[in-house]
Amino acid sequence: MSAAAGGTAAGAPGADGYYGRPVLKRPAWTWEVPWYFWTGGLAGASSVLSVAARAAGNRPLARAAAIAAAPAAAVSPALLVSDLGRPERFLNMLRVFRPSSPLSMGAWLLSAYAPLAVGAGAAELLGILPRTRTAAAVGAAALGPGLVTYTAVLLAHNAVPVWHGAQRELPFVFAGSAAASAGGAAFLLAPAAAAEPARRVAIAGGLLELAAERAMERRLGPLAAPFEGDGPAARLGRWARGLTAAGTTLAAAGGGRAGRWRRRGPPCCSPAAPASAGRCTGRASPPPRTRAPPSGRSAPAWTPASPRARDPQARSTRPVRPAPVRVRNSATLGPASSLSRHGTYR
Amino acid sequence: MTTLDPGAWFTPDGEPRRMGFFTDTSVCIGCKACEVACKEWNGVPSDVAGFTGMSFDNTVALGADTWRHVAFVEQAPVGLEWFGEDAAAGTAPAAPSAQDLRFLMSSDVCKHCTRAGCLDVCPTGAIFRTEFGSVVVQEDVCNGCGYCVSACPFGVIERREDDGRAFKCTLCYDRSKGGLEPACATACPTDSIQFGPLDELRDRAAGRVEHLVAAGQSRAQLYGADPDDGVGGFGAFFLLLDRPEVYGLPPDPVVPTRDAARMWRMAGAAAGVLVAGIAALVGLSPRGGR
Ligand code: SF4
Ligand code: SF4
Repeated sequence: MSAAAGGTAAGAPGADGYYGRPVLKRPAWTWEVPWYFWTGGLAGASSVLSVAARAAGNRPLARAAAIAAAPAAAVSPALLVSDLGRPERFLNMLRVFRPSSPLSMGAWLLSAYAPLAVGAGAAELLGILPRTRTAAAVGAAALGPGLVTYTAVLLAHNAVPVWHGAQRELPFVFAGSAAASAGGAAFLLAPAAAAEPARRVAIAGGLLELAAERAMERRLGPLAAPFEGDGPAARLGRWARGLTAAGTTLAAAGGGRAGRWRRRGPPCCSPAAPASAGRCTGRASPPPRTRAPPSGRSAPAWTPASPRARDPQARSTRPVRPAPVRVRNSATLGPASSLSRHGTYR
Repeated sequence: MTTLDPGAWFTPDGEPRRMGFFTDTSVCIGCKACEVACKEWNGVPSDVAGFTGMSFDNTVALGADTWRHVAFVEQAPVGLEWFGEDAAAGTAPAAPSAQDLRFLMSSDVCKHCTRAGCLDVCPTGAIFRTEFGSVVVQEDVCNGCGYCVSACPFGVIERREDDGRAFKCTLCYDRSKGGLEPACATACPTDSIQFGPLDELRDRAAGRVEHLVAAGQSRAQLYGADPDDGVGGFGAFFLLLDRPEVYGLPPDPVVPTRDAARMWRMAGAAAGVLVAGIAALVGLSPRGGR
């Protein structure tokens, strides 16, 4: 062993981390989680919209938003539970209250929010129990904003650099996208004469989402590599952004003819659609590989997927839930196409 | 070292001490006895990856079914430094001989972090810290949410797909309860895996690394022995003969919960923007009324 033995040949393990293997584990979340982010965001923002509209005297819009929130609030817990490895044990989340765990906070938040939102929506639909309805709606509106944005904290509590690095802007991306979805849904459900504020909310939400995303990518810098180029995450990110921009533009162009747009336009013209479309099409990112940095500082260990469309883990989990054995072999024997920390394939 | 003096586990006042591992990779011979002993004692399922071509490493990485993993790195001295030295001397580099090759072997394990991401984010309380300072998953509580998996900066803990729950090294908590050393440390024939009170191990390791550097191992370094690092120091730390990334270890691990306060502040701000924006757009003025 000479003192110089630390130098490594190109292609030898030291030059590429440990045989090009990722340092981190692929997150275990399944397709339900991005859908839950969407339904939770839609519900939470709708509850706020409903109470705000009622306070402003716009009863039909308040009614539409409350009715939009209820089904979204109802499916959210179901999605969260079915994502678990042991769904029958979901109640274990409610045996502790742990501020250090965003998922624990979210579980409590959702448990309190969902019955209120569903109750308010049902009472609205059936036209019963006005007092209870109001109380439930106000409660849901108080918890709604938390439900919309805590999911960003949930995602950023993550060793994956691209998600952890997005911690400042992600809540605004989520808030914008939730407002776009809620505005779009209420716009479709409310009578034309009352729908104008919902259209404005949808436009503002779309703009906020796009702006926050841009800011996020700027800050991420080289960590944003998975968003660029031709990987699935980048492709879906482009689709999501394009659809959000198109939906927002259409909503803005609707202008005074909002009613006509609304009656004629298929739901895909609604600002709500882009966000959901982005989510529906969630796909897996390329198998992440790690390269250790040539020296010193911590490098992005891996940068698996794009939070761009607000549903990063859909891409990183669902379709690629590889049998460990196969992945291991292909990762080690396959051609060396590893994503470098600068985002180039080699 | 199979049994420890009872005095090692508790302070004179009867308080349990923080126990941990010092894995001295400079004496690891790559026998994998630790891997086998761990599987045997803990009943960990087989997960043979087949022939990987990664030197002698066919277990590949830590995971739900691999709680000790011996890494094998083959190094040849043909890096830039070598050319640099030769260029300075004005001679052409000689072809490396078998003598110049070196094997690095290292038995990796859960770090039992002082600030453990997996433990911090677990929403069920299934992951807890034992009286000996180790981090353990309670299998009867874990509901398989998978949040710990993405919170571990080392890629240690993993969900077992056919089972749904998360698994990792327990520092042989059951054996600790009975005053026995962990299975892997017991099986290690060269004392590369040393188990004991963490403060004592740190002292011992500091002396050992000094010795190795003096003996010419210029890159010998401790990994995880610093209580001020991003995870507050490891309960299971290492002496490495090269940079951590050569062994597939992150050079500067940070617990993801470190920035929690800022994340919640930003979420609060975004929630505020959402409420204020919607209120303004439906025609409510900040002073109330229309
Ligand atoms: S190394 Fe990972 S699994 Fe082990 S205690 Fe630290 S965070 Fe938890
Ligand atoms: S301490 Fe026990 S569980 Fe952990 S690696 Fe060693 S033998 Fe396995």
